Formats: sequence, C-alpha cells, structure tokens
Amino acid sequence: MIDTFLYQALIYLAAAVICVPVAKRLGMGSVLGYLAAGIVIGPSGLGFIGQEGRDIMHFAEFGVVMMLFLVGLELEPAHFWNMRRRIVGLGGLQLAATSCVLGSGLYAIGFNWQAAVAAGIALSMSSTAMVLQNLKEKGLSTTAAGRSAFGVLLFQDIAVIPLLALLPFLALNRASVPTANHGGMSAGLPGWLQACTVLCAITAVVAMGRYVIVPLLRIVARAGLRELCVAGSLLIVIATACLMKLVGLSPALGAFLAGVVLANSEFRHELESDIEPFKGLLLGLFFIAVGASINSSLIAERPLLEFGLVAAIIAAKALVLAVAGRIFKLSFDQNSIFAVSLSQVGEFAFVLFAFMGTLGILPGEWIDILMAATALSMAVTPVLLLAQECLILPRFGTRQTDERPGDRVDVTNAVIIAGFSAFGSTVGRFLRANGVEATILDNDSDQVELLRKMGFRVYYGDATRLDMLHSAGAADAAILIIAIDDPATNCTLAEIARKHFPHLTVMSRARNNFGAYALMENGVDLVYRECLDASVRLGIDALVKLGFRRYSATRAGQKFIIYDEAALHKLARHRHDEKAYIYTTRQEIQLQEELLSNDRTAAHGINDHAWESDCCPRDQ
Amino acid sequence: MENILLMLAHPRYEKSLSNKALIEAARQLPCVMVHDLYELYPDFNINVEHEHALLLQHGIIIWQYPLYMYSPPAILKQWMDLVLEHGWAHGAGGRNLENKLLLNAVTTGGSGDSYGPQGFNRYRLEVLLRPLEQTARLCRMVWLPVFTVQGTFLLGPEQLNRYGLLYRRALQRLSMRDFDPAGIRNHAFLNEWIESGEQRCAHD
Ligand SMILES: Cc1cc2nc3c(=O)[nH]c(=O)nc-3n(C[C@H](O)[C@H](O)[C@H](O)COP(=O)(O)O)c2cc1C
Repeated sequence: MIDTFLYQALIYLAAAVICVPVAKRLGMGSVLGYLAAGIVIGPSGLGFIGQEGRDIMHFAEFGVVMMLFLVGLELEPAHFWNMRRRIVGLGGLQLAATSCVLGSGLYAIGFNWQAAVAAGIALSMSSTAMVLQNLKEKGLSTTAAGRSAFGVLLFQDIAVIPLLALLPFLALNRASVPTANHGGMSAGLPGWLQACTVLCAITAVVAMGRYVIVPLLRIVARAGLRELCVAGSLLIVIATACLMKLVGLSPALGAFLAGVVLANSEFRHELESDIEPFKGLLLGLFFIAVGASINSSLIAERPLLEFGLVAAIIAAKALVLAVAGRIFKLSFDQNSIFAVSLSQVGEFAFVLFAFMGTLGILPGEWIDILMAATALSMAVTPVLLLAQECLILPRFGTRQTDERPGDRVDVTNAVIIAGFSAFGSTVGRFLRANGVEATILDNDSDQVELLRKMGFRVYYGDATRLDMLHSAGAADAAILIIAIDDPATNCTLAEIARKHFPHLTVMSRARNNFGAYALMENGVDLVYRECLDASVRLGIDALVKLGFRRYSATRAGQKFIIYDEAALHKLARHRHDEKAYIYTTRQEIQLQEELLSNDRTAAHGINDHAWESDCCPRDQ
Repeated sequence: MENILLMLAHPRYEKSLSNKALIEAARQLPCVMVHDLYELYPDFNINVEHEHALLLQHGIIIWQYPLYMYSPPAILKQWMDLVLEHGWAHGAGGRNLENKLLLNAVTTGGSGDSYGPQGFNRYRLEVLLRPLEQTARLCRMVWLPVFTVQGTFLLGPEQLNRYGLLYRRALQRLSMRDFDPAGIRNHAFLNEWIESGEQRCAHD
C-alpha cells in the first residue's frame, strides 16, 4: 500500500519537476508543462500510470476546490458587488450564447435536443484553474481582459450548482434516474425540502465563517504554532467541502463561499499563504491527471472526428467570447486575449459529463469522446495563447497590459506596514489620513482583533515569512515599512525583503544607533530611530521654557537632527572597532556642538553698515 | 478706541535692538495685541482659521519687521500667501478686511538717505514696499505711510527709546482715530506725521 503510494508520488513528482521547468523555459507556462507530463507518464505515453489516473483526478479535483476557496478569499463582498456587471452581464451572455451555438451544432450532427442542450451547456464552461494560472503567469490578471475573464469564470462556477440541479429534468426517463443531489443526504426528499437543506447549508457556511471559524483561528493563532495554522486552514476547506457534499452541493462552490466570507477577516493573508502551496500542488496533479486521461486510442481510432470536434468547439467558443467582449467594449488586444484564453472547455465539464452519464442523457461512447475533447481543448489553450502572443499581438494593436488607473479595485496596496503597534499604527493613521491605504500585517492576534474593532484593516500573520509577504502583495507593492517592536525581527525582515523583493523601498524603524547600524548593514538606508525626533522635540520645548525663541530652538532642533543623521552614517563604518567608534563619536559630538553654537552666537547686527555703503564701517 | 493687531515678524528677535524697543513701547498700550509670528509658527505652519478670527477682531493691522533683503522676512510672505485668501480677503465675497488700516513699521540697517535715487540702496523705501501696498489695496485696506527706524546700527539706547515713544504715540492716535485720513497721506513717513502733530501740540 505504502509502496504503491510512494511509487506513484515518485512518478508524479518527477514528471512535474522535469516537465514544468522545461515548459516554462520554452515559454509555454506551467499548465502546458503539467499536461505534457501527464501525457508522457499516462497510458498513451510511457504507461507508468494506467486506469488509476481517473482516481487521481478525483483526488486532484480537490485542488480545484482549494483554488475556488482562494478565489473567494481574494474577493471581498464589496469587490464582488463592484464587478456585478462583468459577472452577471458578461458571464451570463457568454454562457447563454455559447450553449446555444454549441447545442445547435450538436443537434445538427444528430443529437436529440435534450442531449444537445446538456452537452452544449457543459462545453460552454471554461477552465478556471487553467485560465487564472495562465493569466497570472503572464501578468495579465489586472488588465481589462484578465478581469473580464475572471468575471465570466466566476459566473460559470456559480452556475454549476443550479445546472446540476436542473440536469435531471432533461433525462429521457425521469423516473429511473437519481436526482441532482447525487449521493447527498437530502436525496429522495421532496423538492422544497431539498431547497431548504441547500439554503440551510449556505447559511451555515456564512454563519460559521463569521462566528466559529474566525474565533477558532484566533485561538489557533495564539498557540503560535506554524503547522497548527496550516492544519486549521486545511480543516476549514475540507470541512466546508464535506458539508457541501453532505447536502449534495458542489464542494468547490462551498469553498468559494467560505472564501468570500473570510475575505474580510484578519486571517485572509494567513489563510492564503497556508493554502496556496497545497492548491498549487493539487492543481498540478489535476492537470497531470487530465493529461494522462486523454484517451489516445479513442483519438487514434477516429482522429478526424476528435480533432474536428476540438477545433469546432474552440472556434465557436472564441467567436462567441469575442462578440461578447465587443459588446462589453473591450479593446482589440484585450478582447483577443480574453477570447482565446477562455476558449477551452473546463474542469467542470468533466463533472457535468460524468453526471450526464449517470442520468443517461448521453450515450457512454459520446461521453468518452467529449471528455477527450475537453482534455484536448485544455491542452491546446496554452499553445494558442503562445501563438497569439508571438504572432497576432505584435502585429495588430498595442498590447495594453494596464488599464486606466480609475477602476483598479483588486490591485494590491502600494504600501505594506509590518508591525502595527504604537509606531506602525501612527504611520498607518497618518498615511490613511492622506488617502493612502496600506496593507497591514501584525502577528499578535489579540492586537489584531483590537485594531480591527477600531476600524483598521489589519491582517494576522508573521511578516518575516516569505509566503506571507507574497500574499500581502509584496511583489507589486512599492514601499515596505518595517515597524515591528523587536529589533532583531526587523533586521530579519529587512534581509528577506532585500533578497526577494529588491524593487521594494524599505523604510524601517530602529530602536537606537545600534539597531540602525544593523539595519544599514542589511541594506536599509531609510532608517528612523524612534528616540530621535521625539527627544529633540522635547528638547526644543525645554529650551522654549527656558526663554529661547521658539523659532530659533526649532531650527536648532532641525539642524541637530540633520547633523546627528550624518554622524550616524559616519559612525556606522566604525561600529565594529570599539576604539575608533568611541573616538569618532567624541569628534562628532564636538563638531555638532560647534556648529550649533556658531549659529547661536553669531552677531548678525554687526554687518548692518553693509546697507549703507560697500566700504568699511564708519567708526563704531 | 480701535483694537490694534501688531504682527511682529523677526526671525532673530532675541538679538534685536530696534524692534525690541518698538515692541516694548507698544506693549504698554492696552489696545495693542502683539502677535509674534516666528514664535507662534516656528515651522511656518500657519493656522489660517485662527489668523482670520484675529483679523476680524481688530480694526488696525500692523506689520512690524526688520527689512531683510529689501523685503519683509519670509514668514510674513508665508502669512500673506496663506491668510489673504481669495474669497475671504479679496475677490468675490472677500470683503472681510475692507477699510481696516494697515501700517508697516520697518527697521532698516541702511539710513534714510541711503534709500533714494542718489543713495546706496537706489530706491525709496515706499517704492520697495509697493507689492505690499498693492496687496493692501487688493484687500480694500487703507494703506498708511510707513513708520521707520533707519540706520539702526548707529542708534544708541536713548535714540531707540525716542523711537519707542514716537511709535507708541502714533499707535495711540491711530487707535483713537485721531487723524485726518486725507492729510495723513501727505506724509512720506508716519514718523513725520506724528512729529508734526507733536510740534503743533508744543506750539499750542
Ligand atoms: C539677513 C539680513 C538682511 C538684511 N537686509 C537688509 C536690507 O536689505 N536693507 C537694509 O537696510 N538692512 C538690511 N538688514 C539689516 C536689518 O534691517 C537690521 O539689522 C534690522 O532692521 C535691525 O533691527 P533689529 O535690531 O530689530 O534686529 C539685513 C539684516 C540681515 C540679518
């Protein structure tokens, strides 16, 4: 048992590790790499894996569930609302029109109308997993095309539930088939009761997200164990999936819903970074399984039918998408990216076809053919995108990667603040008062909870973790403000930031000179000593109380800061040599005092004769 | 009795002799409020609402400053730029300063003679102050002849004391509205006007 598991893991991992980098090298993207790996190790390739590929696919479908959870996490309700036009308008149009076109095509080649409708709908689904991955790798997620694609995919993913519920009505012989809730606990209940359970389950997910999961995560976070957090995150996804399965809904949808509910919580980035690697691995597995499941003997038997079908489906889908994109005013380049990237048939089609098989809507032979076509179409998309990128876009249009700045809702913040105790929160409040929203990370869950109650958008998580920084958007941010209480942690973070995000402007707080030196050694030039400004301000006020003019005292204070900052940089060079350090320090202090007192004692009045004539003073 | 807002703009007041003499004399008048700009706004961050409120409470405004590079010290310009807003001090609806008296009290290193076509400083002081005068006009204020203390480096304590007394007398008369608005404009400097009045008193 263990042996076969290890053996299989070996094959899958090796295939992925070899094929994906090669595919990326060739500029094809990771999805194509995984598919290729699947084909190579599958029954039609080297034959390392056989029929169990189908089981693996089932398991790997969980990657899709996780992906939808993450998609949900990225999608706060407000954001969702902002996109309603894209989701419902564009998504609805695409689904309806594509189903009609493909359905009538199938009807024309001899399907009965029920089968034509059902298969048409299934084929009009696109692959969320593949498209999002492709868009992200090409950096197109925030373009008009990327966002429109996202809207369409979201609509399709949501539409799967009612579709699963409606399919049984298309069955030829309704009495003999199970209901939509295949295997669910509510199977066999009257319709209205089923609707009730579905509603209850959805309410449960929403309520649990708010009142059970977040407090639970707080407790877990307080325990301070990294792996426990990961376990908690996985538990959430799996529990939701189970609950949905129980009532007979799509687990992916439940996960998506849970994600949306948690999108507003402080654990958003933490969950994201915990689930991300699992999702990545499982999706990879999923694509490998898709590759392996391509039934080459079927294709070999009737190559013309199979390839013709794939070509026709892709062409029809792309055409409909292009028209829909036009209607929604996408520019030429954006529209072509949009249309091509969504032109494949997606993973939900597998689910729908399998269900149609059990319902007897489609004959088994056709189901195999269409499933093969689905897998093939997925394999073709990356190639098409590549061709488009190299051949079409350079020739036509202007390859716009960014839209006008006005409606970037989903772009990450330009500023990340790590550490939100007194220091960080002052910076944060100041920035916010000036209309700059920052992404804030803090790893004290009590503090986070408190700040959230006070209305700050703070996320829980350890900022020194690379994956945490990634999900906080460090790759796209401009400034990282390091304001953690512990000086050593600040240094670690500075080092990580410099190594992995060299484009970031790092600004850091330092407790004292030695903290500042350590940061400077880690390449941080913008160092702010906590004690400096406040102490000088106090000093200024003390001088005023002693009778100094406030303006002069203020100027002296400002100069003092400048001299001190300059001295800091000089002293940093000698920090490891105690003798030289002490010597330089003394020199610097003396110099500062001289400079400041020069200014204070200068008698400006003695030059007043200068306004009389340019010769020497009259006898004075 | 009209209230006087005496705005002082001196970046090195701790070392001042002339301006200090004037301020100390003026302080003795209860109707004078000394408003020390550099002390209040060391970082030039002027509180515009507060300044507006002060202006509304006073009928006579004085800008007192040492002449630095032929102009008032920087904070006074900052004050003008921020406080004399369009729509408040001038322009449509900006009639809040209408008919207030504006006096400039200026101390200069150069003597009175050096300010003139033949002198070292080439221009008469009132010519150098034209931008301020026009600003006052824009805000519908009444521009008074300048009060001056010139050749400051030649002045001993006694002379400074005399300038102080003269200044106080001037402020007193302005505050009592004890002057002929047309006649006062015939004098190049307010010093002349008050001295001529003094002489008249002595003659009586
Ligand atoms: C930076 C600076 C610039 C000056 N510019 C002028 C000038 O342009 N014309 C002039 O007559 N005196 C000029 N002076 C001399 C001052 O006007 C003079 O020191 C001041 O009026 C004396 O007044 P106090 O004793 O109150 O400081 C200048 C003085 C300084 C320090």
